[in-house]
Amino acid sequence: MSEPNEQAHNGHQVVGPAVYVAILFSLLVGTGLTVWASFLELGPWNPIIALAIATTKAMLVVLFFMHVKYSTKLTKLTVFAGIFMFLVLISMTLSDYISRAWGSW
Amino acid sequence: MSTNTIVSLPDQSTARIPKDNFITRENGLLSWLLTGDHKRIAILYLISLSFFFFIGGALAGLIRLELLTPQTDLMATDTYNKVFTMHGVIMIFFFLVPSVPATLGNFLIPMMIGAKDLALPKINLLSWYLYIAGGILAIYTMATGGVDTGWTFTTPLSTHYVNTNVLTTGLAAFIAGFSSIFTGLNFIVTIHKMRAPGMTWFRLPLFVWSHYAASILMVLATPVVAIAIVLVALERTLGIGIFDPTKGGDPLLFQHLFWFYSHPAVYIMILPGMGVISEVISNFSRKRVFGYTAVAFSSVAIAVFGFFVWAHHMFIMGISNYAVLVFSLLTMLVAVPSAIKIFNWTFTLYKGSITFETPMLYAFGFLGLFTIGGMTGVFLGTSGTDIHLTETYFIVAHFHFVMVGGMLMAFLSGLHFWWPKITGRMYPEKISQMAAVVTFIGFNLTFFPQFILGTLGMPRRYASYPPEFQVLNVFSTAGATILGVGYLLPVLYLLWSLKYGAIAGNNPWQATGLEWQTQSPPLTENFAVMPIMDHEAYDYEWLEHQTEASKATEVTSAG
Amino acid sequence: MPDSPVMAHKTDASSESADHSHGQHPPYLRHHFESVEQQADATNFAMWLFLLTEIMFFGGLFTAYLIYRNWYYPAFVAGSHQLNVIWGTTNTVVLILSSFTMAMGVWCAETQRRKGLVLCLILTFILGLGFLGIKTIEYSEKIEKHHVPGFHYSLQSFVDPASDPEIFKEYHDKPLRADMARHTEVYFSLYFLMTGMHALHMIIGICILGFMIFRARAGAYTSGHVTFVENFGLYWHFVDIIWIYLFALLYLISRHQ
Repeated sequence: MSEPNEQAHNGHQVVGPAVYVAILFSLLVGTGLTVWASFLELGPWNPIIALAIATTKAMLVVLFFMHVKYSTKLTKLTVFAGIFMFLVLISMTLSDYISRAWGSW
Repeated sequence: MSTNTIVSLPDQSTARIPKDNFITRENGLLSWLLTGDHKRIAILYLISLSFFFFIGGALAGLIRLELLTPQTDLMATDTYNKVFTMHGVIMIFFFLVPSVPATLGNFLIPMMIGAKDLALPKINLLSWYLYIAGGILAIYTMATGGVDTGWTFTTPLSTHYVNTNVLTTGLAAFIAGFSSIFTGLNFIVTIHKMRAPGMTWFRLPLFVWSHYAASILMVLATPVVAIAIVLVALERTLGIGIFDPTKGGDPLLFQHLFWFYSHPAVYIMILPGMGVISEVISNFSRKRVFGYTAVAFSSVAIAVFGFFVWAHHMFIMGISNYAVLVFSLLTMLVAVPSAIKIFNWTFTLYKGSITFETPMLYAFGFLGLFTIGGMTGVFLGTSGTDIHLTETYFIVAHFHFVMVGGMLMAFLSGLHFWWPKITGRMYPEKISQMAAVVTFIGFNLTFFPQFILGTLGMPRRYASYPPEFQVLNVFSTAGATILGVGYLLPVLYLLWSLKYGAIAGNNPWQATGLEWQTQSPPLTENFAVMPIMDHEAYDYEWLEHQTEASKATEVTSAG
Repeated sequence: MPDSPVMAHKTDASSESADHSHGQHPPYLRHHFESVEQQADATNFAMWLFLLTEIMFFGGLFTAYLIYRNWYYPAFVAGSHQLNVIWGTTNTVVLILSSFTMAMGVWCAETQRRKGLVLCLILTFILGLGFLGIKTIEYSEKIEKHHVPGFHYSLQSFVDPASDPEIFKEYHDKPLRADMARHTEVYFSLYFLMTGMHALHMIIGICILGFMIFRARAGAYTSGHVTFVENFGLYWHFVDIIWIYLFALLYLISRHQ
């Protein structure tokens, strides 16, 4: 009654404890990693590494805790649309701020 | 000289409104205020929307009265600022954004896809209550001194320099925004998950496609203006410094967040109207919409591209030259899908059997006026010309052409087209055609002079102006009076028709949609037998074969 | 005379009020849905769309953060040193654990383990409260040190870091110029805004968890109808993800000496 792939009553795949424990472990390792990295002097790489680790952790939560890996294409497309729009907001707004420093032509 | 019409009404001597319909199924005020029925919620919206429209219209009347003379003689400048601000807030948040989606969209989408209701009826009702809460707050704002920042709440004016009701207006807009989000969310889920068997995406009426595209915008864009309003509120109350240059903040950040929503908002407003136009033009040309796929995809394209152009409202505000360049180029792009629709509607008309019932008159008005409004948008998207035209009456004319000449005409077109379905009764054709013509004349007289005023240099949001602009302003005000008559007439004759209008029957327009294959007004569960979709959209040949069968089963007799 | 082609199963209006116990559909199936699968599918999709609105809502705050961090980097570094990395890391671990217990709760609901579900929900609830408790400690520290924008905000720690011995011995910050020191107020505005908005979402989540614990004890979610737990789980995980980014952006800007 505890295999990770058994079908639940509603027909979805049931994700089991083994997967969740593995993800928990990865997230905790990631947390330790990112705190450790913030104490190192890595110049411009500090924020990049911090965001990369955060994004990896977020992806693990999305794919496994939120079951997106086992979900329909529509769900995956929806997640992608949200992330895409979020990135458009940030990047296009930031592009104004960054290019102000370039002066007039 | 026979009147050319496609209207086909049942025999009036024996026809009756069907006894069991969504209006008669349950009685009592609570059955309406606690309903989950999408059709009842649509009617609740229709009544409240009309109320707010006339408040916004009265404010417009005050604006035009003041502008009859070059001096500020009717009201003080501060009062004038409050009047145009509330006119904008009410018309945009409490009329245009919910207009077609919350009334016609709510009523028709489940029927058009062959479902019994929207996916989330309780959320639908919550949407309406949020709308009412926001609206009451807006009225409270007006009653307690108003707000004078313009509907755009530009910082740092709204955060540091005015003493008016920015907070309550912001809260009203915030709440109305969630009403909009929940409506859009509901539509997206419904359209994806509740289509009848056989109703594939490319058999959907284009009305559904446009609402789908508008709903994507509602869900993704509205939260950004919500956070912008929260930030303004915190800036005003706590002085957190996020938009305050003296504390290192940037006032333009507010504008970025505000327009990130408010540009897609104009597509939220117009897309549902475009959906109406697709239905009406097809029906009154007796032809399928030319280039169905192109029109469907252009709706989605407008929604997607609409997210990338917001800073064209900020060309003169201090964004970088490079941002101006990029956003101007992208704005050119977003005009293309709209133009595709106009071309396709025109090709639909070509060699169609055109008749000129009231919905079609409004649709023709839309075609011409939206085209003019849209093309003037291209002048404004071109940053070089925008520098001269922005903040003048050219902008005012541009957005009124697309919103009033376009969207409001589309709303009236749809309201007349589906009135028989919603109420079971036909409106009186002659007076309604006259009202449509009066509206068209009044509209042009009101807003065309404003293009000229703008190019001559009259600034917007000013209560006084140089005397040489007076003649055009007088024309504009005269037009506004005529326009007011044109909008008042439908209220009167539509209410009249509820009691005295001809019985419409299932399908007075001989239209092809699923909603027309059932009784008028519909049953609470929409269909006595759930439909299976086995033909393409706008399939008039299929309809001919159905005419025999549906006449036999049409519910027109008593009981 | 041909039948109408739109023939499918009848939806007789009178059966709307009919007895549900005829077993044709479970009592939790709403009448406008054709099947339990459609209902579960639709409500799940609706929850995802709601989360999209939340992404965009927080998006505005992240945009503001990135702009001002770019403009006022030294102030942001100095400000972030005022945050206790131990509390922050603890909170991150607490939330990750709570996401784990929530996911396990969903598994219990799906496999109809009533007691397991109740335990998982209670653990998630406690962990959530723990997070808020730690946040309260952190906020009180900020209040004590007058680092709350709009409420007698003090630049003391930034123009004269030596006057703040606990932080100074860790990071040996150089004093900021007066104008850059003023911009630490923007940092703290964003800190309170973003963590405050996050905490508000946590509070709402905890209240719903409380409600769910009662319903779960009554067996509401372990007899086939798991959508409420699943969809709440999505919300809870989303709030966790927001914190993952907040932690990285607010606490970990630059902690090297």
